[in-house]
Amino acid sequence: MIDVDPSLVGWSRAQFAFTAMYHWIFVPLTLGLSFLCAFFETIYLKTGDEEWKKITRFWMTLFGINFAIGVATGIILEFEFGTNWSNYSWMVGDIFGAPLAIEGMFAFFLEASFFAVMFFGWDRVSKGFHCFSTWMVAIGSNLSAVWILVANGWMQNPVGMVFNPDTARFEMQNFMEVVFNPVAVSKFTHTSTSGFAFASAFVLAISCWYLLKNKHVEMAKKSIVVASVFGLLASVFVGFTGDEAAFEVAQKQPVKLAAMEGLYKGERGAGLVAFGIINDTKIPGDIQDPFLFQVKIPGLLSLLANRDFGSFVPGIDDLVYGNENENIMGVNAMMERGKLAVSDLKIFKDAKKIKDDVTAEAALVRFNVNKEFLGYGYLETPEEAVPPVNIVFNSFHLMVMMGSILPVIFGAFLLFSFKGVLTEKRWLLPAGLASVLMAFLAEQAGWVTAEVGRQPWAIQGLMPVKIATTNLTVTAVQVTFAMFAVLFAILLIAEISIMLKAIATGPEGH
Amino acid sequence: MIEMSKKVFGFYREGFARMTVGKTLWKIIIIKLLIMFAVLKLFFFPNFLKTNFETDKQRGDHVLEQLTRQVSNTN
Repeated sequence: MIDVDPSLVGWSRAQFAFTAMYHWIFVPLTLGLSFLCAFFETIYLKTGDEEWKKITRFWMTLFGINFAIGVATGIILEFEFGTNWSNYSWMVGDIFGAPLAIEGMFAFFLEASFFAVMFFGWDRVSKGFHCFSTWMVAIGSNLSAVWILVANGWMQNPVGMVFNPDTARFEMQNFMEVVFNPVAVSKFTHTSTSGFAFASAFVLAISCWYLLKNKHVEMAKKSIVVASVFGLLASVFVGFTGDEAAFEVAQKQPVKLAAMEGLYKGERGAGLVAFGIINDTKIPGDIQDPFLFQVKIPGLLSLLANRDFGSFVPGIDDLVYGNENENIMGVNAMMERGKLAVSDLKIFKDAKKIKDDVTAEAALVRFNVNKEFLGYGYLETPEEAVPPVNIVFNSFHLMVMMGSILPVIFGAFLLFSFKGVLTEKRWLLPAGLASVLMAFLAEQAGWVTAEVGRQPWAIQGLMPVKIATTNLTVTAVQVTFAMFAVLFAILLIAEISIMLKAIATGPEGH
Repeated sequence: MIEMSKKVFGFYREGFARMTVGKTLWKIIIIKLLIMFAVLKLFFFPNFLKTNFETDKQRGDHVLEQLTRQVSNTN
């Protein structure tokens, strides 16, 4: 029915996912390391101890390497918007324009103005102003993330706008509603604090490596204390923000939550799957068990989703086929209304073309009745509204598992540091080394959960990805995908080798 | 004002001259930006709507066409 090559949509999505995940290697480190540098420098400012200056300059160098390699990798996403996702870009231009312009004008310039002072200003500006500049870089970096996540939050929960059928654009009606969109708020707090935990694990891992090699021991021990405090606070906070994010998902994207938990049949007092092996052959509506094996914590999913142990959490089957008892409209009914909306949009467009204002006006009135189901009008089967359960379930549980281990590791390092016995606990050091890999996996898995979990939607309920894409040739997307793979691989090798060289040199070289 | 500009210029000049790792990083940044904007953006990532249509009206009409093109098949 829809004349878009499914492999084109697949390749365009794969390219976007690849670029976003690559970009997301650098961003969380920037968000967290900038604050860690500010902490180290503030301690130097307060104590006047030159060792802390050496520590600050060392971590600042690693921050600079990460920033330099990562900078502008996000711009490629904007290239892809214009080329591969032109329908989508056009439709959301009015909504995204304001947050992204604010990001450019405010956050980026704040960051860029103080960046030079941070790197060139040692011994050339006052200690206080230098420290202030480092804080400004940290705040600026994190403010950039606010605006990007406001845009992402809007795609998951489109609010504060109205669709203009004359221009085919979503137009902003209420800027504050877009900025304080609860999904955007929970996304920012969850994402930024996870970046803090990742950067803390990065500092912890390198410091542990030094301790294992008996190099730069004093610097490593001091760095571990700061990273453990920040990492512990951040990783515990990530748990709370994750709970809030899951609550928002339950309210705004219930199919995503059901996929995250592999829940097909809704239930009251629904349990949270602590561990499970999902049944790959299970499809919506069949009688197969969704799991080959699972361990559930009773009632916890209901509490997470609705703040009530006994509440009903809809499963995939309830959401796809409807559940009258629970007053849930099925996708079939939404598709019918969506198709009416698409049909009336076409009548409106054709009537406008021949200047038949009466017909256009009548079509617009009918369109407005069904416009909130517009996206469902493009689905071909109700099951199309379900994201790939296997990927979403596994990435969600990988994220939670990795994220749950981190506070324990940070806590153990902090405890032994305060007791002054850290160097005697050499068995703990490999765990510190591994923490960066765990944090990295949690970061990437989190994005996979959020983005694959909202499929098939580019804009939740309003625009599926197959309508958002530009009708290019598959070969064109494959060629650019291959070019990115080569470019990104070279850049990553460059970063890792420069970073390893700087780590091997240690603080004396900075 | 001229004195201030000289100071700022000197600050950057000396900062760049003192760089160690930074020199390599700047080379990477410049090469990366050149590849991104002079090659990728120019030859492989044209803005589809800006390239193929002249006015916003035409762009809007095209997107509206895309949104409604399959309607005859689905009803």
